[in-house]
Amino acid sequence: MKTNAVNLTEIEYLLPGNRACPGCALSLAYRHILKALEGQVIVTVPASCLTVLHGMYPVTSVNVPCVNTPFASTGASATGLVAGLKALGKKGLTVLAFAGDGGTHDIGIQALSGAAERQSDFIYICYDNEGYMNTGNQRSSSTPLGAISGTTPVLGKQQNQKDMTAIMEAHGIPYVATASASYPLDLYEKVRKAKAIKGTRFIHIFTPCPPGWGFSFSDTIKIGELAVKTGWVVLYEVEDGIFRLTSASESIARRGNLRPLREYLREQGRFKNITEEQINELQDWVNARWKRYLGRSTSL
Amino acid sequence: MGTRDCQHICDESSPGIGEAGRTGEWRNARPVIDQKKCTPARQNKPACFLCWLYCPDAVISKTIPVQINLEYCKGCGICSQVCPVQAITIVNEEEFVLNRTD
Amino acid sequence: MSLKKTDRKADIQILDGNQAAAQGTKLSRVQVIAAYPITPQTPLTETLSEFVERGELSAEYVAVESEHSALTVCNSASMAGARTFTATSAHGLAYMHEVLHWTAGARLPVVLACVNRAMGAPWSILNDQQDSISQRDTGWIQIYARNNQEILDSVIQAYKIAETAYVPVMVCYDGFILSHAEMPVDVPSQEDVDRFLPPYQPHTILDPANPKNYNLVTLANPRVNTEGVLCHGYMELRYLLQEALQNSRETIIKVGQEFGELFGRGYANMLWEDRLDDADIVIVAMGSLAMEAIVAAGMLREEGHRVGILGLRVFRPFPKADVMKALKKSRLIVVFDKNISYGSEGATCSEIKSALYGSDVNAVIRNFIVGLGGRDVKARELAEAVNKSLPSLKEGTLSNEYPEWICYI
Repeated sequence: MKTNAVNLTEIEYLLPGNRACPGCALSLAYRHILKALEGQVIVTVPASCLTVLHGMYPVTSVNVPCVNTPFASTGASATGLVAGLKALGKKGLTVLAFAGDGGTHDIGIQALSGAAERQSDFIYICYDNEGYMNTGNQRSSSTPLGAISGTTPVLGKQQNQKDMTAIMEAHGIPYVATASASYPLDLYEKVRKAKAIKGTRFIHIFTPCPPGWGFSFSDTIKIGELAVKTGWVVLYEVEDGIFRLTSASESIARRGNLRPLREYLREQGRFKNITEEQINELQDWVNARWKRYLGRSTSL
Repeated sequence: MGTRDCQHICDESSPGIGEAGRTGEWRNARPVIDQKKCTPARQNKPACFLCWLYCPDAVISKTIPVQINLEYCKGCGICSQVCPVQAITIVNEEEFVLNRTD
Repeated sequence: MSLKKTDRKADIQILDGNQAAAQGTKLSRVQVIAAYPITPQTPLTETLSEFVERGELSAEYVAVESEHSALTVCNSASMAGARTFTATSAHGLAYMHEVLHWTAGARLPVVLACVNRAMGAPWSILNDQQDSISQRDTGWIQIYARNNQEILDSVIQAYKIAETAYVPVMVCYDGFILSHAEMPVDVPSQEDVDRFLPPYQPHTILDPANPKNYNLVTLANPRVNTEGVLCHGYMELRYLLQEALQNSRETIIKVGQEFGELFGRGYANMLWEDRLDDADIVIVAMGSLAMEAIVAAGMLREEGHRVGILGLRVFRPFPKADVMKALKKSRLIVVFDKNISYGSEGATCSEIKSALYGSDVNAVIRNFIVGLGGRDVKARELAEAVNKSLPSLKEGTLSNEYPEWICYI
């Protein structure tokens, strides 16, 4: 039976009264990831918003075991947990590496790439708020072209983001997917699926950040939906090399009703200085990528 | 008074609600559910529960009637945004201050 | 606990330093190995992978993509409860620097073999001790081996020390001079090592039934937990690390004593003392240099000088009291350092001077920098340096000079 809000488990692993901002998409995503893994998990986390969400010694706001690790080392930390559990003959637990885009695309990419090449048996989830948000929004390699950030404060970022999901797909790992906090049931299903697969699994979750991106914290879900409706975010999974659009992206593909990107960009303060030229460049980029995805979708 | 009694030799944290304090104090406005519009309340059976699904802080319960834990609700207003029947309104905290003289 | 001495005959094998370290690691029944190859450590890493692939060592061997990841893998595996090992040299050790701090602060009993090698720039693959000396502030116990027997024995003892004190241990040995030089080494039996080294008892719990979150942000001040118990601030947690290092002297000696009882080779000492009873001139050295110094002392004794050797075995925790006691009769102390804290002096020399603070030892202390970047150090050069220092002994003036270098400048 398909999961919905009614039949989804009531057990919460994320405890209220934590340090996440109001309307935090990471917080929402984390709730459902832990439900999908039924709490049978050891999480490892680098420096990131999640570190702070987790609380401060001696109290933590999460009800699962967790190991903090230096910023660049998430992939290695997860590898170490897997190796330790294997050496001790402990079975039945999922190792979950959970890092932001900073810890995944930038400082942490080497350790992640190494772990994936070794086919290390864990799930790596990147929550992408397109910047180093925990420290006040400095640019990352996931920050879009034209976005204002702490380190691109006047001119905006001059390069578009890199496609981390494609990079992970190129490692030949058995499961790669994109997801969004605005589509929690799709996210839940993907984590459930990943749980049952052996090897390195990578899920890239889009998590809009109200203070970092400049929108009202009640609009988090709406912004995430707009990102999908305009093709900035495409929900898909690649299982053993087979590409499949999912959820709202699948519907949009069938109906052919992708919205113009500017409808998404104009809702956010970080794009207040974006030029027409940059908007066009981004629209072209979205269009080209969408076309590639349509071409890969065998089920349409 | 020393800290040795905790017997920790390293940073070992245990789970607890309200790690950041009473986060209900963060908000300027609170969600109010109109039980006459709310689908599970009207049907008197489990249904919808999208507010529960989308709450980032897990302060909404899947009960009938649906309840919101105001001690920890940060007032983000997402529940109001996602409710398909507009049963949730966001009301300024000022409305709930006691001893108002107007 | 008193262990019955082994009745096994000695098994003398001709091993180089890397092979000795590999044997020690294998006998210690390490469960997770993560190491990145770097000269002159590489044969150690390769030997371990061979042990694992042949089924001689039942361990997870992780071919990490960097040293930073190597130590991180060890940390997390140790968190999970496994006994772990890594090894590196020079730039590899420097690359894992931030993680060294983490291991110590997290109180994980990881054992690391540092095959001492010079730091660039400029590039050198040859020996000096700058690499491990540069990490002396990180909170690891540091033990230096003088020869290949000590390498093997120190690795095994390192696990017992680390797992008792919950402090990580670095076993250091000179690259090429020891790592690639073959010596006779008595290899203990697995049965005897099993009697000496029980399985690891972790202090960390990674269990969904009892969830804990390790090494979260810690505030400056103490904070109350959910049960109302006042828990440490950052400073108190770090105090406990220092306390553990200070107290580890007792553990190191006790473990060394037990090792001696079982295997017949005693290590119940923080220092190697040679002919100090009647010496008023003492040579201080660490690692293989301490063996060279014994030859130099012999030469000087033939010239009529009463020279003794203080070989530093444990550099961290620095054995202040032991050093003060060993040097109480000395009037000239010549410290040879295969490292330098640039802008100041050799690290060993600074530690010796600091150890003598408050004592009534009235000795001239002279510091010589030797052997950097693999520069060969001959016993007669050490003897010459001592001879050169004799006039300052006659004058008796204590000066604050920078160290002298034995090189061709």
